[in-house]
Amino acid sequence: MNEAHEHFAGLEEQESAARLGLWVFLGSEALLFAGLFMLYAALRVEHPHAFHEGVHHATKTLGSINTGVLLVSSGFVAYAVHAIRQGRRALAVGCTSVTIVLGLVFFAIKITEYAKHWSEGIGPGARGAFFTEHADKALPAFWTLYYTATGLHAVHVLVGITVLAILVLGIVRGKVDERTAYRLECGATYWHLVDLFWIFLWPLFYLA
Amino acid sequence: VSYLSIDSTVRSWLLTTDHKRIGVLYLFTVSFFLALGGSFALALRVEHLGPGPTVMTAMTYDRLFTLHGVTMVWLFMIPSIPAAFGNFFLPIMIGAKDVAFPRLNLLSYWIYVAGATIVLASLLFGGIDTGWTFYPPYASTSPTAVFWAVLGIFVIGWSTIITGVNFIVTTHAMRARGMRFLDMPLFVWAMYGTSVIQVLATPVLGLALLLTGLDHAFAWGMFDPARGADPLLFQHLFWFYSHPAVYIMILPAMGVVSEIVPTFSHKRPSSYKAIAYSTFGIAFVGFLTWGHHMFVAGMSVVDAGAFGILSMLVAIFSAIKVFNWTWTMKRGAITVKTPLLYVFAFLFLFVFGGMTGVAVATTSLDVHWHDTYFVVAHFHFIMVGGTLTAFLAALHYWFPKMTGRMYPERLGVLSAALVFAGFFLTFFPQFLLGNGGMPRRYYDYPARFQTLHVLSTAGAFVLAIGMVLPVIYLVWSAFHGERAPDNPWGSRSFEWRTQTPPPKHNFLAQPDFKVGAYEYETPLEELP
Repeated sequence: MNEAHEHFAGLEEQESAARLGLWVFLGSEALLFAGLFMLYAALRVEHPHAFHEGVHHATKTLGSINTGVLLVSSGFVAYAVHAIRQGRRALAVGCTSVTIVLGLVFFAIKITEYAKHWSEGIGPGARGAFFTEHADKALPAFWTLYYTATGLHAVHVLVGITVLAILVLGIVRGKVDERTAYRLECGATYWHLVDLFWIFLWPLFYLA
Repeated sequence: VSYLSIDSTVRSWLLTTDHKRIGVLYLFTVSFFLALGGSFALALRVEHLGPGPTVMTAMTYDRLFTLHGVTMVWLFMIPSIPAAFGNFFLPIMIGAKDVAFPRLNLLSYWIYVAGATIVLASLLFGGIDTGWTFYPPYASTSPTAVFWAVLGIFVIGWSTIITGVNFIVTTHAMRARGMRFLDMPLFVWAMYGTSVIQVLATPVLGLALLLTGLDHAFAWGMFDPARGADPLLFQHLFWFYSHPAVYIMILPAMGVVSEIVPTFSHKRPSSYKAIAYSTFGIAFVGFLTWGHHMFVAGMSVVDAGAFGILSMLVAIFSAIKVFNWTWTMKRGAITVKTPLLYVFAFLFLFVFGGMTGVAVATTSLDVHWHDTYFVVAHFHFIMVGGTLTAFLAALHYWFPKMTGRMYPERLGVLSAALVFAGFFLTFFPQFLLGNGGMPRRYYDYPARFQTLHVLSTAGAFVLAIGMVLPVIYLVWSAFHGERAPDNPWGSRSFEWRTQTPPPKHNFLAQPDFKVGAYEYETPLEELP
């Protein structure tokens, strides 16, 4: 199974194709988030005060813990790639699994955060008591964008977890080994990108 | 054994990973949607035979023009040349056995079918009446099935991105040994430029439509000014995709023309590099012109001026190509066959449409023409006059290679003439209507516009006859046509150097492309 598909000249060609394909796809993903950042920039220029209030109200602690969780998870999956290249499959499975667990922790914290805001009467689309109590008509723009951007990111986290889970299965079944380490590398690179998006979302919605 | 005869079960077609068969599947599917979108257009034209209600209610009219736009843009034009002919010929032209990711290629086809089905299913839930542009705030509150339509288009976007990624990687990783970028046929350059746009623009549309869908289904309010947001931001996101999208439609068409002109002039392109590089000029500048759709949406004079000038730059890159094609024909040994006739139609209509594009990019003129039939006529000249004629040119040009049979030349010439005449008669009056003040998407019109409307409707039916004819004779020829030789046109391009129809892995032996794709100085007999 670790042989190249017949239309490739060899495994090396297949490897470089997979890697390039992944990076082109990451470029596409970047443009998706670029749209969100454009919305953020335009709306923040329009309503600087409401965005300041929004960031002030956001759960700085939970958001920052999540940043730590994602960074550590990325470290583990990077080490898993290093391990599989040396053929240490058990170590690679272990490290990738830690990343998956940390991804789930991130997701759980995210849900906690949403639940907290929901109970405060802050929902997307100006739903909730918070928006009748607070006079600033622009506050919903911040919170709807918050739910949109972090929600879209959370979907990416779930996709990343699924990809990594499939790769763990692949290692166990021997489809991913030191010769086909690029497969795990591609999954890890995707995970890093999901991580990177968060590195931008974190200051925009929690810090500044 | 050719790719057609290797296995003929239905399953072997529907689950194929052969890029050629996937190309054929796409060809059938996009042709079906072309016919569907065309029927919607005919119904619209019939309604305009007289002012006031003619054959349908205003609501039906709104649904039909929306569905006409959605079908033609996302179900036909975006996938048309790239997914059908690009899939079939890109790997052959670079000497590869298949695309880089054949299974993703099949997935992309089925995602497209699923998305198209969802779009059509929106008809069952009440259709859509927003126009293909889905502008908020109306799209948020329209009582029609906006959610389903945008969901379907969102799904199709995945198919577009996957195809784009696949073609980019194929071009980089799968070229025959020794083939440099500057050895590739010009169609491959066009497909590469198209793929870059597909990959970079489509996700932005995805975001805009996602927010529109959420807005319609759950009152998300991301574009609602009452909740601090801004509907204009939708227009920015939407056109950041939808303007480059017109280059997803026209660049492949230009690629087709760049193949057909040298073949039928039996001459090397006057400047290969100018044609290849101007593709990237268009692809790049195309990303910086979206604001010209928003000149009357409260844009500052400086911004409007900048977008206007950038838009005109596209005309320069396009003109580089047009002059190259015509210069290539000069002193060539021209054989006039149906594909070349369609290219003549393309050149005339594209230049005509392109010049009116420069006109509408002029802010002061655009204020007068914005949202009138003038704009409608302009973009139909580019999209139908450009993309559709190139699609038909490609269909006739590559028909022998794809099916192993020749089409009837006389009927080809006749239908090409009908398509050109019908098209011109349909859309030229619309320039006059628009300039006279006829707004687009209006159900009713004052009686003084009737003559021009009737002329336009008459043209639409001539065009329809010109479109139905090829369906009949091509289907007939696919089974009963004269057997085609390997290289019926005497082309030097690489796809003509393999068998007709090609074998499963495209070439029986490792192809040797030492003689370039446009070396007409080399006699045919000396081709490997």
